[in-house]
Amino acid sequence: MNDVLDVALRLLIVFVVFLTFPLIVGQTEHKVMAHMQGRLGPMYAGGFHGWAQLVADGVKFAQKEDVVPAGADRRIFQLAPAVALLPYLLVLLAIPIGPGEGAVGEVIDAGIFFVLAVMGVGVLGSLMAGWASANKFSLLGGLRTAAQLLAYELPMLLTAASVAMAAGTVSLPGILDAFEWWWLPWQIVGALVFFVAGLAELQRPPFDMPVADSEIIFGAYTEYTGLRFALFLLAEYAGIIVLCGLTTVLFLGGWHGPWGADGLGWVWTLLKTAVLAFLVIWLRVTYPRLREDQLQKLSWTLLVPLSLAQIALTGIVKVVIQ
Amino acid sequence: MSLAAVAASPATTTAAETNGFLSPTGVEIAFLLVGLVTLGAAVVTVTTKQLVHAALWLVVTLGGLAVEYLLLTAEFIAWVQVLIYVGSVVVLLLFGLMLTKAPIGRSPDADSGNRWAALTVAIAAATALVWVVVDAFRTTWIDLDGAAAGSTAVTGASLFQNWVLPFEALSVLLLAALVGAIVLSRKAAANRPTGSTALGKQPAGTDPATSDEQPSRQGKEGAR
Repeated sequence: MNDVLDVALRLLIVFVVFLTFPLIVGQTEHKVMAHMQGRLGPMYAGGFHGWAQLVADGVKFAQKEDVVPAGADRRIFQLAPAVALLPYLLVLLAIPIGPGEGAVGEVIDAGIFFVLAVMGVGVLGSLMAGWASANKFSLLGGLRTAAQLLAYELPMLLTAASVAMAAGTVSLPGILDAFEWWWLPWQIVGALVFFVAGLAELQRPPFDMPVADSEIIFGAYTEYTGLRFALFLLAEYAGIIVLCGLTTVLFLGGWHGPWGADGLGWVWTLLKTAVLAFLVIWLRVTYPRLREDQLQKLSWTLLVPLSLAQIALTGIVKVVIQ
Repeated sequence: MSLAAVAASPATTTAAETNGFLSPTGVEIAFLLVGLVTLGAAVVTVTTKQLVHAALWLVVTLGGLAVEYLLLTAEFIAWVQVLIYVGSVVVLLLFGLMLTKAPIGRSPDADSGNRWAALTVAIAAATALVWVVVDAFRTTWIDLDGAAAGSTAVTGASLFQNWVLPFEALSVLLLAALVGAIVLSRKAAANRPTGSTALGKQPAGTDPATSDEQPSRQGKEGAR
């Protein structure tokens, strides 16, 4: 009975994190973007600095009519948001936030492969939405999504493999147990490549060609309204959490902190994740959108060679120190 | 992906006589049910007349296979299966279908005249594979209570100690496929200026895009 309770509690915590953290990131994005552009952002909803803006947005989305276009493939159109969102919930289960067995939703032996595999599945949602909408903008968005995924999954995998080589394990808690501070400069190239490729996989600016609202009107999501559209948005912000959490765990040492505070490991994890999430928002405000060919070129001529070089470096250092 | 079974074999040589077919455990029942779902999805994949639906049913099939690997404790193989096949191969398929503007609804010309030949080949291949697997393992049982027989460490050790030659041969094969794909796409690009009449009518991006994506998948499989 105790085991069942334990599992239920873990699932509940992960679920609550899954529901609240994306909203926090979303609200932060509203405010940070506004201040970086010399505005105030939402100020009214909820009273204090518009803290309830996203709650109000949620209520608005829930009230909207759920429209399915007449020419659309009904079932796939309706299924797509769930396929886009659920993988991120599963990935959150595997990310450790503190030392020991107690601080991770579920210890998974091949953790790196699990998170990367499941994150790849999430993109199927965008593809389904793009095809099933019976809309040429959606189709274009779907095509760009697929091209982007194929280009950026390889560098992501390679850099994750580099960390796995360094740690000698593919389990996420195992990698953190093996972490030393000098991994940071050792794996810094891999970290940059992983983060950039992750941004591209999430279709965040400057890699938001597939959703480019000013030219293909939000791509695969053009035809979506109400709750289903909100689910896609939620998937994007949950994706930010997952990407930042993964970068923290793989490259920034997760719960390790400079002053070795015992019992406060989870604070370090959350802090690093939050800083990275801020960086994601900052990049959105700073850089213009890349063109499709620039996007492909960046991946194939820069990120892939860099990640291969990182793997070579990891291998050499690993052999030397043994 | 029969490596899963191969990798699992050294640690699973417990005697079969103690396990009967008449009192199945929960895991065995789950294995059978998932197997039925996988088989059903596979049949729908090849019989449905809607092209994109076929690709999506293929996702269900491949996902079902991954669950079967999980139930056989081959966790690493399961996630690699999802990563490579669902995450890359099916995305590539969908990409191709979208590029060729697969219609929503039935495609009346989706049926091939070769379907009986295809069925024969499929049955022959399935028979051969099932025969090999059954003959290789017969009454071997996996001890689910002990240490995972298909964990990453076990799989890696057996792959690079016992099966390193087939592994290297496969890498060379994939490399050859990669080089071949690049050569073919280069040739297609070189031929294009001669057939300049088609340039105005066809959507310009169609051909190069498909041939560009081909090497990427191969490269990914090679990297694995």
